[in-house]
Amino acid sequence: MKYKIKFASLMAGLILVSTSCLKDLDTVPIDPDELTSASVYENPASYKQVLAKLYAGLAVSGQQGPAGRSDISGIDEGFGQYLRGLWYMQELTTDEAVIAWNDQTIKDLHWQTWGPSDVFITAFYYRIFYQVSICNEFLRETTDSKLDERGVSGQLRTDIGYFRAEARFLRALSYWHALDHFGNVPFVTEEDEVGAFFPEQISRANLFTYVESELKAIEPLLVGARQNEYGRADKGAAWMLLAKLYLNAEVYIGQARYTDCLNYCNMIIQAGYSLEPEYKDLFLVDNANSPEVIFPVVYDGIHTRTYGGTTFLVHASVGGDMDPAASGIADPWGGTRTTSAFVNKFTDITGETDSRAMFFTDGQSLEIEDISLFTHGYAINKWKNLKSDGSAGDDIYFVGTDFPMFRLADVYLMYAEAVLRTGSDVTTAVGYINQLRERAYGDASGNITSGDLDLDFVLDERARELYWEGHRRTDLVRYNYFTSDQYLWQWKGNSTNGVATNDKYNLFPIPSADLTANLNLVQNPGY
Amino acid sequence: MGKILFFKLMLLVPVLLFVSVIAMAQVGNVTGTVTDSADGTTLPGATVAVKGTTVGTVTDMNGVYTIKVNPNSTLVFSFVGYEPKEVLVQPNTTVNVALQLESTMLSELVVIGYGVQKKGDATGSLTAVDAKEFNVGSITNPVQLIAGKIAGVQITSGGGAPGEGATIRIRGGSSLSASNDPLIVIDGVPVDNDGISGSRSMFNSINPNDIETFTVLKDASATAIYGSRASNGVIIITTKKGKAGQGKGKPFTVSYNGVFSLNSVTKKVDVLNGDEYRALMNERFPGDSMRLGLLGTDNTDWQSQIYQNSFGMDHSLSVSGVIKKIPYRVSGGYTDQDGILKSDNMKRTTISLAVSPSMLDDHLTVNVNAKANFEKNQFAERGAIGTAVQFDPTQSVLDAESPYGGYWTWLQDDGIPKGIAPANPVALLELRDDISDVNRIIGNVQLDYKFHFLPELRANLNIGLDKSSSEGTVTVPENASWEIDVVHGSGYRSEYTQEKKNELLDFYLNYVKPLDVVHSKFDIMAGYSWQHFYRDNYTFSGNYDWNYDTLTIIDKTESYIISFFGRFNYTFKERYLLTFTLRNDHTSRFSPNTRSGFFPSVALAWKIIDEPWMAKARSLSQLKLRVGYGVTGQQNIGQGDYPYLPRYTYSDIATQYEMGGVFYTTLRPEGYDAGIKWEETTTYNAGLDYGFAKDKYYGSLDFYYRKTEDLLNFIPVPAGSNLTNYILTNIGDLENRGVEFSIYTRPVVKPDFNWELGFNASYNKNKITRLTASDDPNYLGVYTGGISGGVGNQVQIHSVGYSSNSFFMYEQVYDADGNPIENLYVDRNNDGQITEEDKYHYKDPNADYWFGLTSIMNYKKWTLTFAGRANFGNYVYDNVSSENGVYARLYRPEGPYLGNITSNYADINFNDPRYWSNYFIHDGSFFRMDNISLSYRFDNLIRKKASLVLSATVNNVFVITGYKGLDPEIAFGIDNNLYPRPRVYVFGINFQF
Repeated sequence: MKYKIKFASLMAGLILVSTSCLKDLDTVPIDPDELTSASVYENPASYKQVLAKLYAGLAVSGQQGPAGRSDISGIDEGFGQYLRGLWYMQELTTDEAVIAWNDQTIKDLHWQTWGPSDVFITAFYYRIFYQVSICNEFLRETTDSKLDERGVSGQLRTDIGYFRAEARFLRALSYWHALDHFGNVPFVTEEDEVGAFFPEQISRANLFTYVESELKAIEPLLVGARQNEYGRADKGAAWMLLAKLYLNAEVYIGQARYTDCLNYCNMIIQAGYSLEPEYKDLFLVDNANSPEVIFPVVYDGIHTRTYGGTTFLVHASVGGDMDPAASGIADPWGGTRTTSAFVNKFTDITGETDSRAMFFTDGQSLEIEDISLFTHGYAINKWKNLKSDGSAGDDIYFVGTDFPMFRLADVYLMYAEAVLRTGSDVTTAVGYINQLRERAYGDASGNITSGDLDLDFVLDERARELYWEGHRRTDLVRYNYFTSDQYLWQWKGNSTNGVATNDKYNLFPIPSADLTANLNLVQNPGY
Repeated sequence: MGKILFFKLMLLVPVLLFVSVIAMAQVGNVTGTVTDSADGTTLPGATVAVKGTTVGTVTDMNGVYTIKVNPNSTLVFSFVGYEPKEVLVQPNTTVNVALQLESTMLSELVVIGYGVQKKGDATGSLTAVDAKEFNVGSITNPVQLIAGKIAGVQITSGGGAPGEGATIRIRGGSSLSASNDPLIVIDGVPVDNDGISGSRSMFNSINPNDIETFTVLKDASATAIYGSRASNGVIIITTKKGKAGQGKGKPFTVSYNGVFSLNSVTKKVDVLNGDEYRALMNERFPGDSMRLGLLGTDNTDWQSQIYQNSFGMDHSLSVSGVIKKIPYRVSGGYTDQDGILKSDNMKRTTISLAVSPSMLDDHLTVNVNAKANFEKNQFAERGAIGTAVQFDPTQSVLDAESPYGGYWTWLQDDGIPKGIAPANPVALLELRDDISDVNRIIGNVQLDYKFHFLPELRANLNIGLDKSSSEGTVTVPENASWEIDVVHGSGYRSEYTQEKKNELLDFYLNYVKPLDVVHSKFDIMAGYSWQHFYRDNYTFSGNYDWNYDTLTIIDKTESYIISFFGRFNYTFKERYLLTFTLRNDHTSRFSPNTRSGFFPSVALAWKIIDEPWMAKARSLSQLKLRVGYGVTGQQNIGQGDYPYLPRYTYSDIATQYEMGGVFYTTLRPEGYDAGIKWEETTTYNAGLDYGFAKDKYYGSLDFYYRKTEDLLNFIPVPAGSNLTNYILTNIGDLENRGVEFSIYTRPVVKPDFNWELGFNASYNKNKITRLTASDDPNYLGVYTGGISGGVGNQVQIHSVGYSSNSFFMYEQVYDADGNPIENLYVDRNNDGQITEEDKYHYKDPNADYWFGLTSIMNYKKWTLTFAGRANFGNYVYDNVSSENGVYARLYRPEGPYLGNITSNYADINFNDPRYWSNYFIHDGSFFRMDNISLSYRFDNLIRKKASLVLSATVNNVFVITGYKGLDPEIAFGIDNNLYPRPRVYVFGINFQF
């Protein structure tokens, strides 16, 4: 009988025991690769690792290389990589590039027939705001009060001061891309906590002012030009961004700021940058630490891998009869070529006079009948996964070439354009242009005189110097050549020889996905 | 003490019988008529046997029998479809017997959540399928046992590989982005559906021969007791338990079941042969030496090269019996199956043990179940299926010169394989070695204690464990053409391991009290459940020599669910039944503010047939009305276990960033939704269980409406408001409405010939009713349905007002002859151009109607069964043709290399792929004869103790469909290189003693 009582009470007792397990529900990640935001900053090394992510956001697509644990969703991970998106927006929409593939709406870019639900436009838009968001997060987590709370002092505290300035630079860079491509966009800063809210829309002009003020505010806080670790932003990068902002101010705010542009160009030029001796070396694996580069996006064939970035640029450009090994890769993707309008900017396309003409023409036709065929349109082999001595990169599938987002040649060309647009004396500008041409021609045979220098010449020279580096759309918009009939190229407007398109295409639409998600947003005109 | 007494009594019984027989040995006849108890009609052909002997007879045309008996004999009257009856008789008497129709299992117990219930008392919509009704033939994955058997349930295998998993949908899906898989409960242990590394399907851990019943709970009043995991229905699998041997003096039964199968390929994708291909190339590119120069001289049917007729076998041995009053069952199984895709193989060994002793004067019942499973796989590279369709048919399989394993390969001038060209399909199969070894144990100990001082009260404790450990390796040798890296070393290797653990503790009290004074019965249950899921994955990969591209991935995670639940059953006058259930779930996946959810249900049933005024309705044998309402949830959201927590994650070594020459592992802040919570599905169900003509026809009819709110939807966040652009959050509504009908009938019931027929029909319509917070009418929806071709291309969309996964296409324009005109679509919005805005919702892959048919015919010792299924209104996107049926695939300039195209190219007549032409959407309605089986039974072998059944079965006998592709049965409607489902010829043997 006794055991019966015992057993009965044991069963009853179980009820009481079992209710005490609710605390099991308070789980925290057990994976060593995951930290909670409460614990991550206990480790002093974390600050620089988060900063590294802010930069890596430009370079890779997620936390696993070449793909995996993607930063953004809703698109193929490789397509959603920042530089690849920037390149699609800036190059595929222009005379400089077409792409063969049948990926979703990709052909709409070259045809200028895109709509607000375009996945590539949407992906680039989200990439921009992803950068803004993670920069905001870093700034929120590194305020003085938080650092005091965690007892951060000494050298680390000083370093974090620079990190914060760089985070603000990176945010300004992305906001510049936002205002250049999309105009009026949602606006969030570190003051906005993460969560479900509808960011307010900021006008293009107000965003211009914000970016300008941020860059000016961080200028004293950044490391001096050319003084920071390679790969990190310094004063030179901030000046460059200001110069670009001012050069395009008429487009952005309807107000000319060319004098401001000239000021910042001069500051950069005086900071001691110099041209890379050989043009081709700017686009090779060992381009790191080039004296010409003001701000790079850094790649490595082993440690920094993505299907976007320079891996995309090199692989997509090889196809047809091209020898992949000549570009340092094994697996050509057969995608990108150029239009005849761009080829015609060169009087000699062999590269023998102007070494910047890097065309591959065997088996390729100059004219494009069918964009889907790699052999239609000349191929370009400017970007390579080779070192300057011709040896292979570190990896045959992933490219180690850094992307020179800002470089001195661009400054020279901006300077020349600003001088022309302000009607100032062009002598110095001609000198700068001739520095570029002497490098390209190997001697003074390609030099110009002040009589040759006009705005169209500068635009063409920008094409010859900076093609496939992600500047073309902004340049054509500034010249009002992007949609108008003043300048046509094959398949602009989905027409063999090109037609004018609606000038609404000078701005990309706010993606319909965000219009739906955020009730505060108003679509750009015409869409 | 009791033990010894028991044995003594057992010995005494035959002795007493023997004595009595001698004492009154006066033989005489007994005669009488056997009738149906319900209507008094006579039963010709009923069996009358003297118990304990081999003496027997059969009633004549008028139901009359005569049999010689000894005094005090027991006669056993039996007739197919009726309950047998035993009567004690004396010689020279007349004994008329009325047999009662087998009450179609109304009194049978069915397993429900945390308990059992009489089938007739069920208030919810549930269907139990037991071993007798299972599909037959070569079945490796247990879920195939019930395909087509239950109204409202769709089981679609992922293809024809051995042990291939299946998509199970109960009453359509209740979710868009969260899981739509039902909760699976194996012997009281809810298991997770996340799959096991290296295993082909989570179901494969159970030997189909060990399964006693599947009980499918469909409506919320049945499922809500499982709360937050029940929105997609619940499948309860009960395995066989020990029972005494059948027949006299048999303490145990031994059963051997052997299946030998031959799998044959029935259909391949129709592509050009080498000669046709050469002819077409010459026609398309006359004199083009660059392209024609790539042509080979062979005629290779690549699909024939990768497929084979394959063999499989399956052996099961079980012993079931009672030792010292302890029922036990032990079984072992071994399966070895080759796939029809060469190099595919699965081997499985299963061991199961079930013991169910009773103790403490039967106050304590113990149930112990343990199932161990050892699965070994060799996975074939399925990429070969698509590659075989595309590969140039003019090339040979082998090339003596080739350094790449001797397989013909597309090469660059320097002898390196062309990276962008497909690899030789045969090489893909033969060079790649992908093996796995999976061990899994599922076990539980259940104690059911009837309180000594309060026998109406029962306590039930269930402790369960589901633990698996897997390891696998993938090896691609250095000479495999698709893994060449001349700089760092070629080849590929990976090793992975996984440990999974699912621990369970359930406890409930059950109080049953009849209060006859008020014609009432109360059945009250209250319980608690604690469950812990843990997973640890480890993967290490690199090149063949492990010296480059090495990558380690560790993924470790856990979650808990803690629940309180209760059920209140009230029965009034045995005809009015009320069930109320409530579950309160807490999950660690959600924040403390949202982690608790309440899931109630209420149901009423009215056994109309038992009303006194129904007594006259003689033709009706069953009539029960059920109405139910309930709320269930969904927390299996596929977003990891911490979607609400702000977290940072490290990058791997291939996504570091270089600063100042140093590579930094990066730390990324993750997006999160602090307010994430359950999806809630509300179900309304009305059903009728009916039976006519003494249950010659019986079945159910159910109507349901299900609405899911707070749909977990992966949607864009307002840009800038979170640390990601898409997040899973609770937004949107979805509804399913449907009708289910089932009928079981016995068209023929004769002693020698019995025919049972089951038919079920289902209708389900799924519609998305809300997707966004803003109800923006311009919002198109969430793209889905990735296809092969291009990168990231999707052809389906979830849109408000439409069925989930609707195809989103351009409307193709046709010429006068009905041929599609390439790249010409209807300008649906009349804006003069074809843009994204011209796409429209055109059909969906979800079947509107589906049917299942099962027939079992017994003629003497022969049994003929067949089972088939049909789907109507399921549309299929022919991705095989949209990608491979165009001229652009003949020659790929990016290689350059050549590729084969499908034979329907001339009908399509497109140069480039036009993925969004609705030309490629086809009606995939079909009827599939799943199996036909004929068996013969040998009884009374080896001193009448043994029986043998030999059977011949064909699985996947034929498919009737208008769809021209390989197979119209595709879970999400995108036909893209399905592993062909083979036709299987099966020989089976079952031996029992």
